[in-house]
Amino acid sequence: MGTPMSALTKISNWGNYPRIEADVRPWPLQTESPQIARGMGRCYGDSALSTHIVDTRSLNHFLDFDAESGLLTVEAGLTFDEILQVCVPRGWFLPVTPGTRFVTAGGALASDVHGKNHHAEGSFSDHVRWFDLLTASGEICRCSRTENTELFYLTLGGMGLTGIIKALAFYLKPIETAYIRQHTLRCENLDETMAGLEAYGHWTNSVAWLDCMAGGRAFGRSILMLGESAKQSELTQAQSLNPLKIHSTKGIPFPIDMPSFTLNRFTVQAFNQVYFHKHPKGSRDSVVHYEPFYYPLDKVLGWNRIYGKRGFTQYQLVIPHADARKGLQEVLELLAKRKMSSFLTVLKIFGEQSENYLRFPKAGFTLTLDFGISASLWPFLNELDGVVERYGGRLYLTKDVRMNPDFFRRTYPMAQEFMEKIKALDPTGKFQSLQSQRLGIHA
Amino acid sequence: MKKKILVIGAGSDVAQALSRLRAERGHILWLTARSQEALQPLLADLKVRYQAEALGFVYDAELHPAEDLMAQLPGIPDEVHVAMGYLGNPDRLDDPKDAARILKVNFSAAVLLMNAVMHAMIEKQIKGVLVGISSVAGERGRKSNFLYGAAKAGFSTYLDGLRNAGFSHGIHVMTVKPGFIRSKMTAGLPLPGPLTASPQQVASAIIKGMKKGRGTVYVLPVWSIIMLLIRNIPDVLFKRLNL
Repeated sequence: MGTPMSALTKISNWGNYPRIEADVRPWPLQTESPQIARGMGRCYGDSALSTHIVDTRSLNHFLDFDAESGLLTVEAGLTFDEILQVCVPRGWFLPVTPGTRFVTAGGALASDVHGKNHHAEGSFSDHVRWFDLLTASGEICRCSRTENTELFYLTLGGMGLTGIIKALAFYLKPIETAYIRQHTLRCENLDETMAGLEAYGHWTNSVAWLDCMAGGRAFGRSILMLGESAKQSELTQAQSLNPLKIHSTKGIPFPIDMPSFTLNRFTVQAFNQVYFHKHPKGSRDSVVHYEPFYYPLDKVLGWNRIYGKRGFTQYQLVIPHADARKGLQEVLELLAKRKMSSFLTVLKIFGEQSENYLRFPKAGFTLTLDFGISASLWPFLNELDGVVERYGGRLYLTKDVRMNPDFFRRTYPMAQEFMEKIKALDPTGKFQSLQSQRLGIHA
Repeated sequence: MKKKILVIGAGSDVAQALSRLRAERGHILWLTARSQEALQPLLADLKVRYQAEALGFVYDAELHPAEDLMAQLPGIPDEVHVAMGYLGNPDRLDDPKDAARILKVNFSAAVLLMNAVMHAMIEKQIKGVLVGISSVAGERGRKSNFLYGAAKAGFSTYLDGLRNAGFSHGIHVMTVKPGFIRSKMTAGLPLPGPLTASPQQVASAIIKGMKKGRGTVYVLPVWSIIMLLIRNIPDVLFKRLNL
């Protein structure tokens, strides 16, 4: 009940690092200063941070749904969580989803999110028909594969640097049930893990949870999880009572920031040991709801607090098929050599790359590691960068918080072109983030 | 039974949360906002989410008389929520235009509109419900927003009287005093967490209040205690405070 004035808010994204003070305002734009759009803040690092932030969450309206084609039109601040609540009961599912449903549709587009189905169904931007973008000139541009094509491919995966996405239309996919037919198998080492991901490439969803701490003969062992949307006839009696059941909308809040030492080599090792052996040797089949399959961590709201106040980061790399085996081995060996541990280590397979200027996925293997923030982390990640680059890989911008500009330019082949086009579109740099400044996209 | 529910100022965060809850129950929504562009996403959203019957009407409290709006409606509503509000620029004594707008949107236009609805309900013998979203700011004038506070005080007093007037006709009038709300109106303000409600909380409290036939609803009960204290601070002291 006071005065609407500028007040600074302490803000960070999902990794809780870095934490800055920013002027956060709801859409629509109210300033000419450099700014970036932010929705749910589920990128890990500094992508959605700037001194001025436009909070897009008030853009949370469904605009249209065509039940014939599955084309859904929404405002950019609507979350996947809300979309699922409305669309699952009608027999539709997201074409691509990251491991959390607490992302906005606009954020999914700007981050070009991928899921467990990249090798089969591509990334989110492959399913986008069009979007409306507020550009630096103040115009709202309709972009698609036939209209403002260049701006279309600059914006998909463009980290919000072309402007603010106001609305978008994308295709949902039809589902018979809200359940997943899951096949789980234990892979005893890295060869088995990689061969498994390749051999089961005909499954729509696949992901391997990797025990990065195991050494010797068990080096690279994993639990491989495969999933296919379940048919009505595959459900148990109990499940078929409500075949299009939505996820539970209640979560358990994570109570406190854990001390930063909670996750250390020994606790991570112990956790991995238990988790791995919880799965019996060989394979298992089951039918599970989409919630534990796609969103196991969403159940615990604010699970990022397990890393404590210092925060954490994810390091997601892709290495092309040719040398993937050698590259991954080198990465994991370096981890062991430097006594670093990653709590959640995930290996997936990517399909072909897209036309996006800042495309991350390319045909190969993608490994995700996460690390608590510490002084010794930065030199270690620089070392990992060397391995990634040597094998023709690159890192995912949505999780990045520390990549250096030269490395970015060398590993993203269209970075230079992206920068030139951004400069022409937005000469005064109206849309910039701490990340774009760090990467040298903005001076 | 499907109710016809009129929501004035449907673009406000509280009104949106409320419209969604009402549409979810299968009621018919008539929304007003200041422009067609503002109405379009609100209506589309209710239709896609709940396959709701929703109609929109352009109504700008500063420009349009209440009768014009009433004439456009396809009937008399069973339930009305007046959720429009304008906080204004409180530190300025030299901005008569803004001051007039504060008084009009928060008080006179709201009053004339509710008068018109009440009149129509009585005439058609509709035992409806009228909900006015007022504010705790109306309970005692403070230097930080006394125009807004005064307008809301007037509105609250009006609602008290209207409740009294409606009673014999079976019409219920409810006053809502939400306290701080995390919304577009208060974006960027440092609000104290425990005293701040979400628009969804306010909407749920309104529906609960209507069900119970409450006269005045404070969304967070702590606000009734705070305001009791604030009302009882002696003036000699109060005038020196920075509130």
